[in-house]
Amino acid sequence: MAYVAPGETSLVPPAEVAEVDLYHAKSWITKYVFSQDAKVIAIQYAFTAIAIGLVALVLSWLMRLQLGFPDTFSIIEPSQYYQFITMHGMIMVIYLLTALFLGGFGNYLIPLMVGARDMVFPFVNMVSYWVYLLAVLVLIASFFVPGGPTGAGWTLYPPQSITAGTPGSEGGIVLMLVSLALFIVGFTMGGLNYVVTVLQARTRGMSLMRMPLTVWGIFIATILALLAFPALFVGAVMMTLDKLLGTSFFMPAMISLGEQLEYDGGNPLLFQHLFWFFGHPEVYIVALPAFGIVSDLISVHARRNIFGYRMMVWALVAIGALSFIVWAHHMYVSGMNPWFGFFFATTTLIIAIPTALKVYNWTLTLWKGNIQLTVPMLFAIGFIVTFLNGGITGLFLGNVVVDVPLSDTMFVVAHFHMVMGVAPLMVIFGAIYHWYPLITGRMYDEALGQIHFWVTFVGAYTIFLPIHYLGFLGVPRRYFEMGDTSFIPESAATLNAFVTVVALIVGFAQLVFFYNMARSYTKGKIAGRNPWKANSLEWQTEEFPPGHGNFGATLPLVYRWPYSYGVPGVAEDYLPQNVPPDEVVTDEGPGASGA
Amino acid sequence: MVVVYALILVAVGTVAFHIFSPWWSTEIASNWGYIDTTIDITFWVTGVVFIAVMLFMAYCVWRYRYKAGRRAAYEPENTKMELWLTGLTTVGVIVMLTPGLFVWNDFVTVPEGAAEFEVMGQQWQWSYRFPGKDGVLGTTDVRKISDENPFGLNPDDPNGKDDVLVEGDELHLPLDQPVKVLLRSIDVLHDFYVPEFRAKMDLVPGQVTYFWFTPIRTGTFDILCFELCGVGHHTMRGKVVIEEESAYKAWLEKQPTFAKSMAKAGTGGGDGLKLVSSGGEAVTAGGESAR
Repeated sequence: MAYVAPGETSLVPPAEVAEVDLYHAKSWITKYVFSQDAKVIAIQYAFTAIAIGLVALVLSWLMRLQLGFPDTFSIIEPSQYYQFITMHGMIMVIYLLTALFLGGFGNYLIPLMVGARDMVFPFVNMVSYWVYLLAVLVLIASFFVPGGPTGAGWTLYPPQSITAGTPGSEGGIVLMLVSLALFIVGFTMGGLNYVVTVLQARTRGMSLMRMPLTVWGIFIATILALLAFPALFVGAVMMTLDKLLGTSFFMPAMISLGEQLEYDGGNPLLFQHLFWFFGHPEVYIVALPAFGIVSDLISVHARRNIFGYRMMVWALVAIGALSFIVWAHHMYVSGMNPWFGFFFATTTLIIAIPTALKVYNWTLTLWKGNIQLTVPMLFAIGFIVTFLNGGITGLFLGNVVVDVPLSDTMFVVAHFHMVMGVAPLMVIFGAIYHWYPLITGRMYDEALGQIHFWVTFVGAYTIFLPIHYLGFLGVPRRYFEMGDTSFIPESAATLNAFVTVVALIVGFAQLVFFYNMARSYTKGKIAGRNPWKANSLEWQTEEFPPGHGNFGATLPLVYRWPYSYGVPGVAEDYLPQNVPPDEVVTDEGPGASGA
Repeated sequence: MVVVYALILVAVGTVAFHIFSPWWSTEIASNWGYIDTTIDITFWVTGVVFIAVMLFMAYCVWRYRYKAGRRAAYEPENTKMELWLTGLTTVGVIVMLTPGLFVWNDFVTVPEGAAEFEVMGQQWQWSYRFPGKDGVLGTTDVRKISDENPFGLNPDDPNGKDDVLVEGDELHLPLDQPVKVLLRSIDVLHDFYVPEFRAKMDLVPGQVTYFWFTPIRTGTFDILCFELCGVGHHTMRGKVVIEEESAYKAWLEKQPTFAKSMAKAGTGGGDGLKLVSSGGEAVTAGGESAR
């Protein structure tokens, strides 16, 4: 007798509408360059995001060299240092993480996982990528305008972002704002696609509560992004008007380096509210896809059903909803009405509850599993560790009084790098290794993957753990150099030098990853169909790797949830979503049970 | 097995680092010891969870490591366990949040009898203003700022005549006297922070922000700007001297009042402001003002 799980019933509803014929590319250009195939668009997004991410990596080395060896690198000037930190932050958060999770993984996985042939609006999807590419090019262009890119910090707080005394306050900031606006336009086109595809294009039998958590995570994150990015968009437009036309949305009457400016009556805090109304959901726009993907990695490689699927789904929804009422925890000491602190501290700590439950359920999925320590699983474990650590330090910063001494210290830097830098990158690496055979048809090199994991995980933890303690000491973030400060001991400089050396090693270790990916593409072992013995639909395509249209002549029908691992009575330890009940091979033979 | 050892090492190593780290909060010099207590409570609650999850994960990776032919337990849900975990987490959150909110209530409630003084921030230096004998600070206006009147005090406001102005000097404050710090910026955002005091607040142009504290030990402490304010941000430093009431009074006596400084500056009408870069660091960006 097979155990029937929640969401695991055999009913497949009848087709309500006939299938629409898919767009077919006619030339090489329309197939691989101006492609409307979500899988090609996904690869384009991923390559662009990773390329610009490498720029951010180099920028982080430059700033670490300055912090680690402040007197050695006289070529780095304060204005450049502030430009490095600004561009590093902005690129990592928006142009790498958001684009890679939603544009990259979203495009590749949503249609395959819900059993659709493509996104519902393929042309709009294509335009989405090209507008994103344009946004990236405008961002890169800002490095080459007079004055260089903006050095206002990734938060771009006015007035300083558009006044003299800040690097790039002439051309750089304008290109930054234009690039952000373009990014949001491009994202909106992609985002509408992801949401409508999930809601409208699921194959028969794929109820919402049978979707893999990867799709749930990307789906909720996309809804957040569609609601949050407009706040940044209007903020960017208003700041551009302040800069170019002399409006005063964010600009009060003020002096700039000894000169009276004509602005009057604006409020800098208004920008901060707009920025963080976007900025806090943004954290979850990056985190929720990571939550979803890591759930699937853990389940597949532990050969066990995800623990508490329904709780996991509702936790995603709850976190997504709560993420819109916590934004001002970034502003406890901003000068806003201090009484807001009570409300935002409470909502912020409440959001910890569904988040903690997700961590428990990941570890409980390992519990009683049959854990294969493959490279994706290693990265998933690395994610749990770094996310646990980073989530915990979030409880410090969310609890308003604790934030008072810690805000704008290196503790904040360490916290957000751990929780939304290292942790999501762990998932990205795990996911790339996991789906590499699906995308290329070949396996990566296991040994190189293991080396990559250990250096990256141990190195990143070693970098960011001690930085928290510099924050307790009172070392501020965004300082070009500490100079002579009475409360900072000599040992802090030694620590900074150590961190810089580790950061360089971890950075260079990424070459192992790129080498592995490139070499395995032609030299890797041919992966058989469904090498991980996974249940979700992307591994069940007729053609492997999946071709144009994803599935063969007919779309798959879905009979159960994607987490039927180790179902008692079933012969194999997995049971794909699309195997009809009467074809399930049980211990007694084929088709003997109604699983 | 390497993973099991690594997880245990990370758990134990993190705690060991926490205990033996030479980098920790500076010795406190204000009344905000409750903030440190809240940090300690948070460390205990989250530390227990961190160790528990890490060791449980290490146990799982060891106990349920892959064996050919073994089957995972098929257990989609365990409502009872999930409710228990939700409940325990909620208790942990309440334990951390409750003291935090009480301390925050103290933080936003300025006590009766707190002495007021003003910190004025500009790129990239600190200035201070004390109310004179009348105990009232005069009104200010950014538009009135000039070479002769760098604080932008309103010359027609009688309350401002006796205001004591401290420019380019250390800040002195009396021991054990609660102070309400009024914060004003004439250009961009800044943040006034002395790590030993634990309390900070942004300076926002166009409005006056505040926080309060009571110095509890004498000494000289570093003031740092804690909100990115342009290319000279890291040079925006100052010093605050906490001393006995009598020494403070003597120091305050020596500082000029607004009336005196205006008299000294003469009656020159002031023909606008020169471009000054006061932070010491080169102003490499822009060169010209925004407009």
